[in-house]
Amino acid sequence: MLYTLSILVENQAGVLSKISGLFSRRGFNIDSLAVGITNDPNVSRITIVANGDEYVVEQLEKQLNKLIPVIKVKRLNEGEFISRELILIKVHCAAAKRAEIIKTVEIMQAKIVDVSPSCVTVEYCECANRVNTLIDLLKPYGIREIVRTGTVAIDRGTASVSV
Amino acid sequence: MISGAEIMVKCLEAEGVSVVFGYPGAAICPFYDKIYDSSIKHILVREEQNAAHAASGYARCSGRPGVCVATSGPGATNLITGIATAYTDSIPMVVITGQVRSDLLGRDVFQEADITGACEPFVKHSYLVSKTEDLPRIFKEAFHIASTGRQGPVLIDIPIDIQTNSIDEFIYPDKVNIMGYKPNTKGHVVQVKRAVEAIKASKRPVIVAGGGVLSSGVKLKLQEFVDKTKIPVISTMMGIGVMPSEHELYLGMLGTYGKAVANRALHEADLVIVCGARLGDRAVAAPDQMSEKTTVIHIDIDPAEIGKNVKTEIPIVGDMRNVMNMLIENIGDFAVLNQWSDTIRLWKKDLFKEPPVFDGYVEPRTLVGHLSSMLHSKAILVADVGQNQIWCANNFRIREGRFLTTGGMGTMGYSIPAAVGAKFARPERDVIVVCGDGSFQMSLNELATIAGNNLNIKIIIMRNKRLGMVRELQDNNYGGRHSATILQGDPDFLKIADAYGIDHAEASSNEEAEEIIRGVVDSDKPFILVCNVYPDTPSI
Ligand SMILES: Cc1ncc(C[n+]2csc(CCOP(=O)(O)OP(=O)(O)O)c2C)c(N)n1
Repeated sequence: MLYTLSILVENQAGVLSKISGLFSRRGFNIDSLAVGITNDPNVSRITIVANGDEYVVEQLEKQLNKLIPVIKVKRLNEGEFISRELILIKVHCAAAKRAEIIKTVEIMQAKIVDVSPSCVTVEYCECANRVNTLIDLLKPYGIREIVRTGTVAIDRGTASVSV
Repeated sequence: MISGAEIMVKCLEAEGVSVVFGYPGAAICPFYDKIYDSSIKHILVREEQNAAHAASGYARCSGRPGVCVATSGPGATNLITGIATAYTDSIPMVVITGQVRSDLLGRDVFQEADITGACEPFVKHSYLVSKTEDLPRIFKEAFHIASTGRQGPVLIDIPIDIQTNSIDEFIYPDKVNIMGYKPNTKGHVVQVKRAVEAIKASKRPVIVAGGGVLSSGVKLKLQEFVDKTKIPVISTMMGIGVMPSEHELYLGMLGTYGKAVANRALHEADLVIVCGARLGDRAVAAPDQMSEKTTVIHIDIDPAEIGKNVKTEIPIVGDMRNVMNMLIENIGDFAVLNQWSDTIRLWKKDLFKEPPVFDGYVEPRTLVGHLSSMLHSKAILVADVGQNQIWCANNFRIREGRFLTTGGMGTMGYSIPAAVGAKFARPERDVIVVCGDGSFQMSLNELATIAGNNLNIKIIIMRNKRLGMVRELQDNNYGGRHSATILQGDPDFLKIADAYGIDHAEASSNEEAEEIIRGVVDSDKPFILVCNVYPDTPSI
């Protein structure tokens, strides 16, 4: 089962290694991880998507909370948050297939951000599922390279994870 | 102007530190130059690991964080086992290491080691100091973090230029403000009420008490609760000493190497109140079996321990003192049914057997059993690791004193340096070490620390010429093939004692050993007693 954790940390050296170290040390798997500062420059947010059963995720939350620079940990509830990933996909694109690829990109509401005689680069910002769908759709043309960020997520409505 | 090194000393003084254990080197020299003139006593150990163990012994007996110091590189890496030992035993400790110049960090210069990185899994928190002006805040935070919540070691790594740079003035903060560190000490009222209801509804409750009861200083509260409710008590290895051993409701240590009666009571119980214990695998081998039939109440300051090893119906996160007070207030005049306490008393009587004696040898379990009556009631016994530890854990009759050992890491060589720390914390008390011939040789270099400071520590070496506990394991599980467990080439321990100028004797029977001990308990000098122990003596 996949869980999304939103973690606020003090923005200081070594925090990321403390957190990633904790995962590997305790045998927890990280699916994706994204870090960035928040509206408070002293505080960063780390969004982690992790895999595990209820026991694992509960332990994870508790162990994360024990790290001194960790200010807050919240497990986002399924269906109650919006999540996004950013992906850049470089697809092989022979002239004959160009129209087809453009059509697919349009249907998915993605964007072509670079074109060259033999390939196009597609930019897409969506939830992980939609990103995977786009990858599946483009696969038949030949994917040259994928660059993908970790998931970032935010609560729907007025709820928030803040200091 | 004031230098970083002076600030470090002033911070220690501000924290009321009177003794630190350490070993110098180039990268920590500015600090050593300043502590030289200060009122703080520096105890030179003979290897850095032992500085950490000494700080641990000190912390456990003084109730204040222990402090140890080492230089960069090998000095720092030598500390790691000591830090890890303190971490698993939840001992409050502040560890100070020197580091190479900040502008050289990461270049692999002479004696550079990434000690904050290396210690990551073994510290409660660590700092690599980057500005001299940060030192007061960091020291303040380090002592606060080490000694509050679930206690543990905090490492401060200080590059040499941070020690030599000066700033305008020294101001020690009187408060800490760490956004991510606010341990919950209160204890949830509703959870306590639920616990009280469950206790009242139980027929065969037991308490499992761990090191958390001792580190929060509430053993007398626990005893009050027990005397009131008549709930029998089992302890973990780290919890030994929560009750006087002779208390009729105390059943001893649980677990693989514990007392049968303790394990039996745990097995038969319908309610278990776990107090400040993490119930590791050595304590409860099959935790899922335990929670199937029993209701578990788990009280701990560390929420991550609750539900980690044993399924828990009623979790109570909080400081043991607060929660114990709340329990005592709410429990009313509840007392356990006589039937349960009578059964327990019966089992307890049934199970006692005098161990057999081998001619020409000291029977270690019997000797440890008699030891307490030869000492003052507040004696501190420090056991090492191996069979000697189990003999002590199960047979020492603790009264108002302490039993120190490493339960979490089981680090051989702990006892002698830890006793050094204990003696500095409690100079007025008897401090006795019991160790094996193997573990003795892991820290016998500290005899110099003992001799050099004329520390009144009595050391009993249980010489079985074996790495006894592993030998026993090989006998039970590996067809008696004694691979690397026979101690060949061991020195004459009496001559070693002599070389350090420490009085000594050897015993080959219990009568002899007891006579020697009685003769030396009241002397104010260190002493080493070598007891010849039959090599096949079992742990239990
Ligand atoms: C540093 C360290 N190395 C190895 C071990 C594994 N070990 C556990 S008990 C033991 C034997 C201890 O022998 P000794 O000190 O002579 O005590 P005895 O068991 O004979 O009482 C060993 C090697 C350990 N616990 N710690």
